[in-house]
Amino acid sequence: MARLSPRAATLIALAAIALLAPLLFPSSFYYRIGALIFINGLSVIGLVILVGFAGQVSLGHAGFAGIGAYTCALAPVHVGLHPALAMVLGAAISAVVAWLVGRPILRLSGHFLAVATLGFGILVYMVLNNESWLTGGPDGIAVADIGLRDLLRDYDIKVTASQLWYWLGAAALLVGAFLALNLQNSPTGRALRSLHDSEVAARTIGIDVARMKLTAFVVSAVYTSVAGSMLAMMNRFVTPDIAGFMHSVELLTMTVLGGAGAVFGGFVGASILTALPQLLTVFEEYENLLLGVIMMLVMIFLREGLVPSIARRLRRGGSK
Amino acid sequence: MTLLSVEKLGIDFGGLRAVDEVDFTVPAGQIVSVIGPNGAGKTTLFNMISGIYRPARGRVMLDGRDVTGTPTHRLARMGLSRTFQNLQVFLQMTVLENVMAGRHLSEGVHVATDLLGLGASRRRNRASRAEAMRLLERVGLDRGAHREASSLSYGGLKRLEIARALATEPRLLLLDEPAAGCNAVETEEVDRLIAEIAASGIAVLLVEHDMKLVMKISGHIVVMDHGRKISEGKPEDVVQDPKVIEAYLGTDAGRRETVAAD
Ligand SMILES: Nc1ncnc2c1ncn2[C@@H]1O[C@H](COP(=O)(O)OP(=O)(O)OP(=O)(O)O)[C@@H](O)[C@H]1O
Ligand SMILES: [Mg+2]
Repeated sequence: MARLSPRAATLIALAAIALLAPLLFPSSFYYRIGALIFINGLSVIGLVILVGFAGQVSLGHAGFAGIGAYTCALAPVHVGLHPALAMVLGAAISAVVAWLVGRPILRLSGHFLAVATLGFGILVYMVLNNESWLTGGPDGIAVADIGLRDLLRDYDIKVTASQLWYWLGAAALLVGAFLALNLQNSPTGRALRSLHDSEVAARTIGIDVARMKLTAFVVSAVYTSVAGSMLAMMNRFVTPDIAGFMHSVELLTMTVLGGAGAVFGGFVGASILTALPQLLTVFEEYENLLLGVIMMLVMIFLREGLVPSIARRLRRGGSK
Repeated sequence: MTLLSVEKLGIDFGGLRAVDEVDFTVPAGQIVSVIGPNGAGKTTLFNMISGIYRPARGRVMLDGRDVTGTPTHRLARMGLSRTFQNLQVFLQMTVLENVMAGRHLSEGVHVATDLLGLGASRRRNRASRAEAMRLLERVGLDRGAHREASSLSYGGLKRLEIARALATEPRLLLLDEPAAGCNAVETEEVDRLIAEIAASGIAVLLVEHDMKLVMKISGHIVVMDHGRKISEGKPEDVVQDPKVIEAYLGTDAGRRETVAAD
């Protein structure tokens, strides 16, 4: 029997989780948590490409979630675009912005990206907060319904909004995982992963380091933008917090907690840190503190993140 | 035919003239070695030739074109690749993936194709894998191809870097102490490998402390001390040069035997 490739195994595992989890849901409230996990997971897979593959850190990725979310809020009102198409427009805007922000910075070596993206995230947050005439300011803004439930009702399929977004989120996660897994072992993926291990060696084999970093940054920005759009459409409402620094830190912590090097690790990190605040109110109160502590613990004890560390331990145990 | 020529090359670190007024040439398909005591400036010289440092003075000519200050990745495209004294292996990849990464230039960058996992992406992967396996065989690492690179011995890692550099299809290969830390058997293998590389038409610029190896395979030797070229010529002439003997005796008595042994 041919052994399952890690790519196929990850996709099957994610699909199985999405299909089977509802059987265990005590109430329909859990569909909403599930949807949040999938949508955050999508963002985190983008960061796996940036952080895990290419070894670059972004402290302002929530800025792209903000662009995606507010495009979905504003484009339907101002240019009459359907929210789902606005998501595509938002992704395109995020890609262009990421390219413009990343290009000058990524020519420099070192950790300028982290600092510059921090500034970028704050800038997006401030614009969303201050330009109330357009964005509604700190109070947030409503997002038009995508109309999918009405459409389904015509076919006699009745789902709650949470259920609908659970399945849409699962589909988006699977597509995102599929693309990232393809990338991982492709020529482009190897070029990205080589930067992570040794930039100087990457150069000597002909890799244009600045260009590859920019590629990873743009791709990951698109992931997070789409996730931001989906959050906005699910909640039918969005506030500037979606672009806030805390959201960026949350996404980054999810990424390193599960294990930035692998798509499945990213999903595990997103699951844990999305579910905990929903299920444990203590976590919600002390979220900032706990995120900091988790980040530190991972950096000290689990440099590779949960999933790879556990897998390694299992492998070692198994080979004895 | 001259492939590489270095003209009055120099660089300073603070007040230190790490390399100064160094010139020599490397003919196509030949093995030229750079030797000299620790701290002589050999690695710094390599870093300037391969575009990692920008020289403060002088020029680097490749194929008669001035490539001084050309970025490393462009030099790779022009046929110059190298290995490192302090290993720069991709440790989170398998042995095979390290060498496949070296196929970057022939693979090209096709992001959308690779994200979608289209047939073209898989075809490029297959071609790279076949070529990488061939190179791993050539350096004697084919049996552990699917192991993590970090599981290799020091000598194995050195040869892995050579295979990765060869994967770029260079015309000039810079090897910085490929036999350092290798035992006698491994050194023999490196010796044979470098000779084979040169025989296949690739010029080799070699930095190596193992004098036996250097004497045996080099067509031409450049001797450096304190950042300057103090001698150059055929191996048998260089070892007779009083300046060379003095440089080795004066700075590092431990090296006396290795020079004297030949
Ligand atoms: N990046 C740097 N910054 C400052 N000084 C440096 C740097 N790189 C090298 N040097 C100094 O330049 C001199 C030449 O160093 P280099 O590494 O080129 O010597 P080497 O001939 O390769 O020695 P070895 O045989 O030990 O490898 C040394 O004095 C070293 O300390
Ligand atoms: Mg050196």
